[in-house]
Amino acid sequence: MHVHFLDPYRPRASLVHHLDPRVKLVLTLAFVFTTALTPQGVWPVYILLFALIISAVLLSELGVGYVLKRAALAFPFVLAALPLVFSSSGPYLVETTLGDWALRISQPGLERFLSIAFKSWISVQAAIVLASSTPFPDLLVAMRAIRIPRLLVAIFGLMWRYLFVLADESLRLIRARASRSGISAQGGSRPGGGVLWRARVAGGMAGNLFLRAFERSDRIYMAMAARGYDGEVRMLPLPTLKAAQWGFLAGSLLLFLLLLVLAYLL
Amino acid sequence: MHHSIEVQQLSFAYPDGHPALDQVSLKIEPCEKVALVGPNGAGKSTLILHLNGILQGQGHVQVCSLPVNNKNLGRIRGMVGLVFQNPDDQLFSPTVYDDVAFGPLYQGLSVADVRQRVQEALAAVQMQEYAGRVSHHLSMGEKKRIAIATVLSMQPEVLVLDEPTAGLDPRARRSLIHLLDELPLTMLVSTHDLHMVKELFPRMVIMDGGCIVADGLTDDLLKDEALLLAHGLERP
Repeated sequence: MHVHFLDPYRPRASLVHHLDPRVKLVLTLAFVFTTALTPQGVWPVYILLFALIISAVLLSELGVGYVLKRAALAFPFVLAALPLVFSSSGPYLVETTLGDWALRISQPGLERFLSIAFKSWISVQAAIVLASSTPFPDLLVAMRAIRIPRLLVAIFGLMWRYLFVLADESLRLIRARASRSGISAQGGSRPGGGVLWRARVAGGMAGNLFLRAFERSDRIYMAMAARGYDGEVRMLPLPTLKAAQWGFLAGSLLLFLLLLVLAYLL
Repeated sequence: MHHSIEVQQLSFAYPDGHPALDQVSLKIEPCEKVALVGPNGAGKSTLILHLNGILQGQGHVQVCSLPVNNKNLGRIRGMVGLVFQNPDDQLFSPTVYDDVAFGPLYQGLSVADVRQRVQEALAAVQMQEYAGRVSHHLSMGEKKRIAIATVLSMQPEVLVLDEPTAGLDPRARRSLIHLLDELPLTMLVSTHDLHMVKELFPRMVIMDGGCIVADGLTDDLLKDEALLLAHGLERP
């Protein structure tokens, strides 16, 4: 009786899976930065970046369909950039008037919007490849290695650990509610209750979950304190990176840099 | 006479492929009280979740002569009162009253009917004065009684309980045993408490590894020490 679908990690025996998590994390971040820093409308460089991420997807053996489906997550956020299409200055592609209102689609605006959409889309794919090819504990190790504050890493770790506990807890709450959502033997009554009442029940459940999470955090803290936790997170030392891995990392970073230079030259 | 609960050849595997039930068959007559025992992970809770269609596996489950399927789900859940192991899961409303009223309110009963059902249910578990309390602050024993009241208010025909005595002190356990003894309902109770089984349930079903390994008179099965030992149980 557990929630299974949350963990994005897909075990495979691919090259990408075998890559050191620290290298993967740095490369993913570097890729996202490179993509973000590429100026708008430099389509040749976008295509090169896209080729890079597609190669990573193929090498990871996760399946292009799987990654693309998950990457659709980016689209709602892209909508935030949609007003650019209408609010930027000319030249305009389309101009129509509806009474007092003028609708103008600006060409630079559209180009900016498409650039942002494409850039977010490939950045999300990079994040998906990272999360699906690296077990979460390894990612935490990698975060620590690149000097993300230990406390923050510890918080990520605890979040991950108890996210599943909370998800299980809400699953059980929902089951308990479903079990009592019956139809009376007496005919004539309409089951389901009013919308307002149902909203109140759902609110009660959310509050209940919050209270329990809150109390659990207290208990966890006490259990940590009982084992000597003093606010300082101590961790085992990390193994050193091999020369080949350093080489791969440096080569990839250089490639990203070259792409950026190319983007500004074009 | 129809069987209150009839399970035939029920198999179920969790989405991760882990098999939980394997060809389980079980019949329970109306007003019969049956104990379901077995080690942790035997499939007891999984079986229980099939009785009101929360889980639906392969095979046939029929409750009060209605097959458990998506069409009958509402009626089935009105007839089967399922009390979960952890009362915190069951008590999700701000106050005890709201929780006990949830089932009747969902069924769309009139306000007067709902009030009466809540009063009767709370009276049945002797918790009338707790109606206005916040469930969150009750003791374990109190929570268990309220959890039972939340299903009694639906006036079910079958009561299914998952480890009702777990985590109770001796006095709370004793009063819960009295309560279960007095309720005139068909009952299937999953438990590790073999002392309670001996006292309360004439019939006992032992599960292990997703199968029913023994089903018979409690007195006979409890004498079979080898059988109990083989399935992680201890003779009381």
